Amino acid sequence: MADGRVVGIDLGTTNSLVAYMEGEKPVVIPGVDGSNLVPSVVALDPMPKDGGRPTVTVGNSARKALIETPERAIYSVKRLMGRGLGEIQQELKLFPFRIADDVEEGEVPRIQLGEMKFTLPEISAYVLRQLKRNAERFFGTPVKQAVITVPAYFNDAQRQATKDAGRMAGLEVLRLVNEPTAAALAYGLDRRKEGTIAVYDLGGGTFDISILKLRDGIFEVQSTNGDTHLGGDDIDNLLVAIALDEIYSENGVDLRREPSAVQAIRKAAIEAKIRLSSEPSAHFDIELPNGDRYQREIPREVFDQLIEPVLDRTTGPCRQAMQDAGVTPEQLDEVVLVGGSTRIPAVRQLVDNLFELSARGKKAHTDLNPDEVVALGAAVQADILAGASKATEELLLLDVTPLSLGIEALGGTVAKIIQRNSTIPASATEHFTTGVDGQTNVAIHVVQGERELAADCRSLARFDLKGIPPMPAGLPRIEVKFLIDADGILQVSAREQRSGQQAQIEVKATYGLTDEQVESMILESFDHAEEDFAKRLLIEARNEAETILAAVERAPQHPAWNQLNEQEQTNIVAARDHLVAVKQGDDMKAIREGTTALDQATRHFAELMMEEAVSTAIRGKTMQAAGDDLDENVTAPHPMAPAEFK
Amino acid sequence: MLKVLESAVPVECWSCSVAHNELTLFCPHCSKIQPPQEGNYFSVFSLQPRLNIDVEALEHEFHRLSRRLHPDRFARASENEQEWSLADTALLNDAYRTLKDPIRRTEYLLKLHGAEIGEEHAGKNRRPNEMGASRAPADLLEEVFDLNMQLEEMRLAKAGGEEDSSLKQSLTEAKTKFEGLLNAVDGELHTQWSAWDEGDEAARHDAQNKMVALLDRRRYLSNLVREVNETLGA
Repeated sequence: MADGRVVGIDLGTTNSLVAYMEGEKPVVIPGVDGSNLVPSVVALDPMPKDGGRPTVTVGNSARKALIETPERAIYSVKRLMGRGLGEIQQELKLFPFRIADDVEEGEVPRIQLGEMKFTLPEISAYVLRQLKRNAERFFGTPVKQAVITVPAYFNDAQRQATKDAGRMAGLEVLRLVNEPTAAALAYGLDRRKEGTIAVYDLGGGTFDISILKLRDGIFEVQSTNGDTHLGGDDIDNLLVAIALDEIYSENGVDLRREPSAVQAIRKAAIEAKIRLSSEPSAHFDIELPNGDRYQREIPREVFDQLIEPVLDRTTGPCRQAMQDAGVTPEQLDEVVLVGGSTRIPAVRQLVDNLFELSARGKKAHTDLNPDEVVALGAAVQADILAGASKATEELLLLDVTPLSLGIEALGGTVAKIIQRNSTIPASATEHFTTGVDGQTNVAIHVVQGERELAADCRSLARFDLKGIPPMPAGLPRIEVKFLIDADGILQVSAREQRSGQQAQIEVKATYGLTDEQVESMILESFDHAEEDFAKRLLIEARNEAETILAAVERAPQHPAWNQLNEQEQTNIVAARDHLVAVKQGDDMKAIREGTTALDQATRHFAELMMEEAVSTAIRGKTMQAAGDDLDENVTAPHPMAPAEFK
Repeated sequence: MLKVLESAVPVECWSCSVAHNELTLFCPHCSKIQPPQEGNYFSVFSLQPRLNIDVEALEHEFHRLSRRLHPDRFARASENEQEWSLADTALLNDAYRTLKDPIRRTEYLLKLHGAEIGEEHAGKNRRPNEMGASRAPADLLEEVFDLNMQLEEMRLAKAGGEEDSSLKQSLTEAKTKFEGLLNAVDGELHTQWSAWDEGDEAARHDAQNKMVALLDRRRYLSNLVREVNETLGA
């Protein structure tokens, strides 16, 4: 039986986190740089001269590559997970990376990153592996099991892709938990309340609403709804589009096709957005390539008006969720806000109106950090699954499937067999027969969604029931059992009842990888060798030290170096010398501390370097090559997050 | 403890090898989960097939059983136990979903007793719109005909961008009327529940036929109300 710790992972569009239960309290595990958030960015280091595989970096270090070598970096992969080639191509119009040239329709999409190609679950696996390593560093023991969160509105393929990513990262995924449900768990833990609560989760790229009933430690989801393409990204896109339009009409400079310039504007837009959450007005100031400045004062009222259409898209799902749960706003005892975008005052106002909070003398719950609450909840669920813990032994999560499951019937219509918002695990048994004498196989098309026509729903899989004994038409009776498991993933089994024969079933998932493919993509095997775990931690600590030492070695040549004051320079040199000394020894802890100290000492320098890179980029000096590498269809390539332009 | 009410055969627990007479989901001796048995939704809750159910007690029992059976409780158990927990919990959830809803519960019980219910002809050769609910009840033919005309008019008006308030009002009135009829059907169903639960075989047979007809009528009426709502709301 497996043992060891089970960690909770929030695999986010923008940032990812790993957390665990420390006694009765969930806590986030920081990374080597001391930060709780690991940006969900993956980058490929330069090709080694000896021709081996280039190193893959993740998180803050990979973020630098977004500006310096955008063709070797990838982000926001979650938006692409579990999607088909056509959909990905559509989405990629807004991203500066592209699908490998040799991928054909029906094949598993691979993204070209530098000279290498990766499937989307592989890229997520690198993020997960980083979180796994962060946890292993923290505990000093191997971590092999995890709970991973997904948007509640994720479909079967998106869930399966996430699970595959976990396996590739060397993690046994004990459970996929829906993000809003995880948040409810994190909140419910110290409250132990009873009643009906709504969780409104507006993140970087996805929106979820879930309504739950809490009773005796049981968290029973009543309904869920959402939009897997709605989040803070959409607000950033709006601001960027307006800035680009205004720059074009007022200054006559068209920056729309300049990825690095768009990136710089986006950075400014995000900063303005964040400032507007706490201040009545934000200043927008960018130097243009021709030396002019684009300056704007954005009052909050203007910002609120601007984003209203984006925020309004959350009300439909909220109303539907309330209707499906059979509750009215006044029956909601509590409302919990999750996701970074719920820091925006206009979002809080909308939630207040929608659920009639002020009118009832209530306030939405915001006391847990909206960036961390999902990971904390995942840690609670991990503790439940690990069992034998006093803190969580009374807790149980009963979640639902967000989308109806159906079978394509005559005329392309859908016969629903499991309704949305059914508690999972859920099952349905259907009987099929033949239409022609002697027919030995029957094809079944399974879809997910609420629309009436199969073509408008999400195709999940095509099954071929084979080996039916030849009989007159209509006589065979094949029983097919559809089961949605606790992760929200479909399983199918079949048997022919008249002959008692087990009908063979060949499941061809419409999207996704086969078991063999996943097996072949498991990341480097040294992650699984536990006997030399301590040795590995030491090697990793030395590698981390070497990485930062190499960067510091080049520092004095960088123009940003001279912007540091003398004290800062002395501190860096001292921290460097100390790290060089301890790196010779075998004390893994000392090496790590030395690395952290040097990282702290160089933080300001790193920021100066970033700023330098960005301002160089907007003058169009270093990044020209980036645009040339992009696909012709790309209309608005930029390295930080997607934008949409006419 | 979960048990199947009929055809109990002695079986041996896979874990402690102690034989137990009842087909239970947990071994009475060592409390380990047992392979799933064929059972109906009522037997999952140790209930006799009845239409009048204490829904509050049902929820309580659902939560109690969920705590023991849910896959979360078996995340680190053997593969077999995980599989059984998954199958048992799916059955438990399906049973709870069906029994807590009065209409689904009625349909399910009648189906157990061999009745053919409109929605039950599921499968490949079915069109969702042809599920036995297309025939209007004889006493409503005229009103339904009028209503359909008005619905058509309303759709045309909407397509033309017009707002016909008198039409809207008469549709709203029709909706209220049909909702009233729906409530009446529910009341009658309720009466038949008791007739079925308490009656002898002949009375049950009679109640069953009445309920099948009432469910057909109900399905027709609720489709109609939904259609009016959609047309008014769209």
